[in-house]
Amino acid sequence: MTLVFAGIGSHGPGITGRADMADPAVREPFYQAYRGMAERLAAARPDALIVVAAEHFANFFMNNMPAFAVGMADSYRGPIEDPQWLGIPRTEVPGDAALSQRLIREIMQSVDVAFSEEWKFDHGIMVPLNFLTPNYDLPVIPVNINCQGPPLTPLHRAWAFGAAVRRAADSVPQRIAVIGTGGISHWPATPDSGRINEAWDREFLNRWVHNDQQALLSYTDEETYRDAGQGGFEIRTFITIAAAAKGRGELLHYAPIPIFAVGCTVGVMNVAT
Amino acid sequence: MIVSLYQMQKFLFDLNRDATVQQRFRTDLPGLLDGYELTAQERGALEARDIGLIYVLGANGQLLMHYAAFLGMPWADYLAAMRDGVTKHGPVRAGVYTMTTGTDEKVAGI
Repeated sequence: MTLVFAGIGSHGPGITGRADMADPAVREPFYQAYRGMAERLAAARPDALIVVAAEHFANFFMNNMPAFAVGMADSYRGPIEDPQWLGIPRTEVPGDAALSQRLIREIMQSVDVAFSEEWKFDHGIMVPLNFLTPNYDLPVIPVNINCQGPPLTPLHRAWAFGAAVRRAADSVPQRIAVIGTGGISHWPATPDSGRINEAWDREFLNRWVHNDQQALLSYTDEETYRDAGQGGFEIRTFITIAAAAKGRGELLHYAPIPIFAVGCTVGVMNVAT
Repeated sequence: MIVSLYQMQKFLFDLNRDATVQQRFRTDLPGLLDGYELTAQERGALEARDIGLIYVLGANGQLLMHYAAFLGMPWADYLAAMRDGVTKHGPVRAGVYTMTTGTDEKVAGI
């Protein structure tokens, strides 16, 4: 049918795992924005949700690291982390292997991707699903872009991948939704956890909202590492969404929440031709 | 000189995702570690569950964070252990998860 929904959201494990350590006055508006995105997602009546995430060595490691990987199974399990630590119980999430295969065949016409018939979800996918499909009743197609183990996937390839995802989504009979999950600037899993470069985030989000391809792709990894930390490498997922949706973005929420280790972001983008 | 950081990280990767490895971690850690080509320092750090030293040796922060969660460490203790590691052993020696704040700086309040 076509791509029917596109959005972005933060996925830091603290969002659910350290919920009780956050000030409710800053936490609740963020949660509410995520629930608002869930309503918009449901209103788009998708048959499947592609989650473009930056995973953290749940499935892929430096022994065989793909630049892009797409899941191709009928069900997945997560989270791999200690469920109590993440604040999300272990569960089974439905997939759609046949749909995955069809999408992958089309994506491969322009971008080489790895596929995987088994996939364990980590916080990169589980935290957004916890808000967007809390009953786990929508088939999910997981995607990973290597934002962790250098050499990383180049930004312009993330754009090309997003364009390929769009072409593939438009080629299947199902209604497809896609979200990108990740941080903008952040220094997670270090003693700096909680450091956030709000100015850098707002500049990036401005480029994303305007879908300014040239500006989005102009960051070098050296600049990103310096100004936005190693967590900033995850901008690849948001860039992919801009390339897939082709429209103008709408920022539903942005606020730095240091105990969540990230500038908490929720956004949607209209799907344009 | 770091010669086997990859192997130490591979151990953490296996441990974080595989229930049978987790079981063996609890019952036969020395035997489990024999399967990885570790330096004596890396092996000692893993046997001691020394988050600070593993951090300084350059383990990817995401692998280390999931490992700390597996060990049941509270968030504040985990951050403190990394800071203590840097205080004791010096700056992080490899990778992209180096500390950019001071050892007495608590950006998230803990």
